Amino acid sequence: MAGTGFLTTLSRGFERRLPLIVVSPLFALSLFFVYGFIAWTVWISFTKSGVMPVYDLSGLAQYERLWTTPRWYVALKNLFIFSSLFIGISMALGIVLAILLDQRIRVEGVIRTIYLYPMALSFIVTGTAWKWILNPGLGIEKLVRDWGFPDFTFDWLVNPDYAIYTIVIAGVWQSSGYAMALFLAGLRSVDDEVLKAAAIDGAGAWRTYTRIVLPSMRPVFLSVVIILAHLAIKSFDLVVALTGGGPGYATDMPATFMYAFAFQRSELGMAAASAVMMLATICAIIVPYLYSELRGARR
Amino acid sequence: MATVSLDGVRKSFGKTPVIHGVDIDIADGEFIVIVGPSGCGKSTLLRMVAGLETVTDGEVRIDGERVNDKEPMDRDIAMVFQNYALYPHMSVFDNMAYGLKIAKTPKPEIEERVRTAATMLQLDPYLARKPRELSGGQRQRVAMGRAIVRKPAVFLFDEPLSNLDAKLRVQMRLEIKQLQRQLGITALYVTHDQVEAMTLADRMVVMNAGRADQIGAPLQVYADPRTEFVAGFIGSPPTNFIDPAALGGQGARMGIRPEHLALCPLPEARVAARVLDAEPLGAETLIHTRLPSGCLVTVRQDGAAPIPDAGAEVGLSWRAGDEMRFDAGGRRL
Amino acid sequence: MRARRTSGIVHRSGPGAWLLRGLLFTILGLFCLYYLFPLFVMLATSVKSLAEIREGSFLAFPRDISFEAWAKAWGAACVGVRCDGLQPYFMNSVMMAVPAVLLSTTLGALNGYALTKWRFPGADIIFALMLFGAFIPFQVVLLPMARTLGELGLAGTVPGLILVHTVYGLAFTTLFFRNFFIGVPDGIVQAAKVDGAGFFGIFFRIVLPMSLPAIVVTVIWQFTQIWNDFLFGVAFTVGDSNPVTVALNNVVNTSTGVKEYNVDMAAAIIAGLPTLLVYVVAGAYFVRGLSAGAVKG
Repeated sequence: MAGTGFLTTLSRGFERRLPLIVVSPLFALSLFFVYGFIAWTVWISFTKSGVMPVYDLSGLAQYERLWTTPRWYVALKNLFIFSSLFIGISMALGIVLAILLDQRIRVEGVIRTIYLYPMALSFIVTGTAWKWILNPGLGIEKLVRDWGFPDFTFDWLVNPDYAIYTIVIAGVWQSSGYAMALFLAGLRSVDDEVLKAAAIDGAGAWRTYTRIVLPSMRPVFLSVVIILAHLAIKSFDLVVALTGGGPGYATDMPATFMYAFAFQRSELGMAAASAVMMLATICAIIVPYLYSELRGARR
Repeated sequence: MATVSLDGVRKSFGKTPVIHGVDIDIADGEFIVIVGPSGCGKSTLLRMVAGLETVTDGEVRIDGERVNDKEPMDRDIAMVFQNYALYPHMSVFDNMAYGLKIAKTPKPEIEERVRTAATMLQLDPYLARKPRELSGGQRQRVAMGRAIVRKPAVFLFDEPLSNLDAKLRVQMRLEIKQLQRQLGITALYVTHDQVEAMTLADRMVVMNAGRADQIGAPLQVYADPRTEFVAGFIGSPPTNFIDPAALGGQGARMGIRPEHLALCPLPEARVAARVLDAEPLGAETLIHTRLPSGCLVTVRQDGAAPIPDAGAEVGLSWRAGDEMRFDAGGRRL
Repeated sequence: MRARRTSGIVHRSGPGAWLLRGLLFTILGLFCLYYLFPLFVMLATSVKSLAEIREGSFLAFPRDISFEAWAKAWGAACVGVRCDGLQPYFMNSVMMAVPAVLLSTTLGALNGYALTKWRFPGADIIFALMLFGAFIPFQVVLLPMARTLGELGLAGTVPGLILVHTVYGLAFTTLFFRNFFIGVPDGIVQAAKVDGAGFFGIFFRIVLPMSLPAIVVTVIWQFTQIWNDFLFGVAFTVGDSNPVTVALNNVVNTSTGVKEYNVDMAAAIIAGLPTLLVYVVAGAYFVRGLSAGAVKG
């Protein structure tokens, strides 16, 4: 009797701790693979690590090198050009398409599917087509010349000054449908009663959108900006598939810069320093957003 | 069947105390209703009896045995939840049978117990249906059936009728009472509706801000409230509270129920008042007045009695002893 | 998507409205063409002969349809120095994606369940800390991950990639399931506790059967992400263990010999086919994943 009682108590105690027993190893995994790894990378960024990691701290040497490397400035400038155009155009296209799609269209489901499919495919896949379309000898340039305009040139893909804009073109193509979907969901969540009240007050379609619907979607706009910014900073496939960072390193971005220094040039310290800069940028955008989202969810 | 005792029960969430020491002794087969406004801790108290919340301090005993550290299923209780909490992917039969299956009850017995409960609750035609295919009242019955089949020692009800419309609520109230009588099972029932409490309870517990202000039979609590809070919470329309300084007399506050007040000619009045408005309800009429001191006072009179015009000055009278006096802390004097 | 609410604000009758409506459909139709034309270029080019590609325009419909390029892309195209086509790499991706999807979904479901329905002290903080893992730029973990895989003897292997995708997928899946489980009434879990069910009993018998939509969304989302991954594949595998995305990139960028554009395009379609199929069949769930996880980006 006493024995079974003890065992029951033991198994009850185990049962009660089960949630923690389940979560703990998963949390430990995340601590190790996320926070532990970040710590390691940060540490390495303060060392003279080259091909092999060394663990003796050497201060800000790598960061000083990073910030005197022209290629890093190219990467930052490209990131700035790319993300401002990418975010701006994707949002403009997204909101316009969302409003157009919001007009009781019977084939809405089909159209939405078409607008959004680029998000479901790897850009390594669709980039194959884009590379071909943008290639001067094969794509648009050749097409227009064959139409009878022999002087037409569209060589952005191989022009160091313009290659970054081809990445914008492809990036917008890939993500504007996503922006559209987010905006459409936002439009649909506007309170129906408010719209009826506006209709009774005699507000026309244009007024209803500009004065009521869009202002009430301010949080959606913020979300879309943050989501797109996050995509922009992380974009790696896009560059690799389209230009490989070239011509030269004209279309390098921080993501490809880090990869090149880590795996092609084996300068671990520099690679780590650039990765830490990326992390800092993402944190500056995401952490305040997440914080407010989580707090909002609790309320 | 069993007794239930709460002995100095306390509960804190983190550092915030929400239950400040409650003692209740429930006799075998008794129907106890815990009533109070939202946030008074009544549901928390019930969930501590169920074993869904830990007990910070004090003791919960079922049939004399301390159950503080027992899991819900080892406490010999069954519970009916506010939103029914039916398993949406299971049929009515499986909803009722789930607890028995876990307890490894033999199949024929499960079948027999579920059928009996279903018959008792008029659910026989619905056993194969999913909860979403049932009406609100039927879902309520399934939730009760799930509790009944376990043959528990104690029934726990957490505001089970609050999601039903008014008419169905009255009907289900009667059914719950009959069922409990028929099965003779001890019941602990939580509600914020004082009418439900009055009609169901053998004894009721009026909770206020984590304390049990008063425990007693409904009519006794109505007739003899121990605190200002109880006097105000039990009875509808609520007790009028008057600053006694305006009338002379002791105590910090004086309460008088609308049904104990009568309109009378001014010379015979204990106090004069101006009529603000009258609400004729048919069988009775509510007359809202204002005293010179500014206090609002409602009078309840027979529906056949004449109704004074708004703005008229009337006298109010009551039988000596009908007034209730309270000290500054709200205790009855 | 959700119920039609703002729909039809611009919806009047009369000839002017007909014109507006015509314009609306024209614009929407043009954008359909815009989104579809790269896919069309890939499909059309993949069934053309090299001669036809050189002569005609990339927008032209194919004259003679031939699947030779497809056969070559699947079985004989050269990836680096090896000329067995995409087939072995496609199988690598399958071997990688299936276990990684199953593992990350199962663990995420358990984790989300324990964090929402068995709220213990610190659950919120644990969740917030784990959620952060979904947002980090993976560049910041590439170097230590490469070393760790080496230490574990998993460098350059498919199991290594399974580990990577499971670990970094966990934050997403936990978020998905947590968001879903928050909507499951606590009363149901408590009723099951009173009925005598334990932690796993409630999970498998009550919560999971109620969560089929969340499971479908998560599986589809995870599959798409893992199949399409390029960064981890290119960083942690070499040659024979490459996933199909990396192999495709190698095919396309091979500069030796005659450039066979039709084979490149066929290879691209083959590599994208699984996620494209999943999207066509269960696109609604994918969209729900996109918006349910809007917080995740």
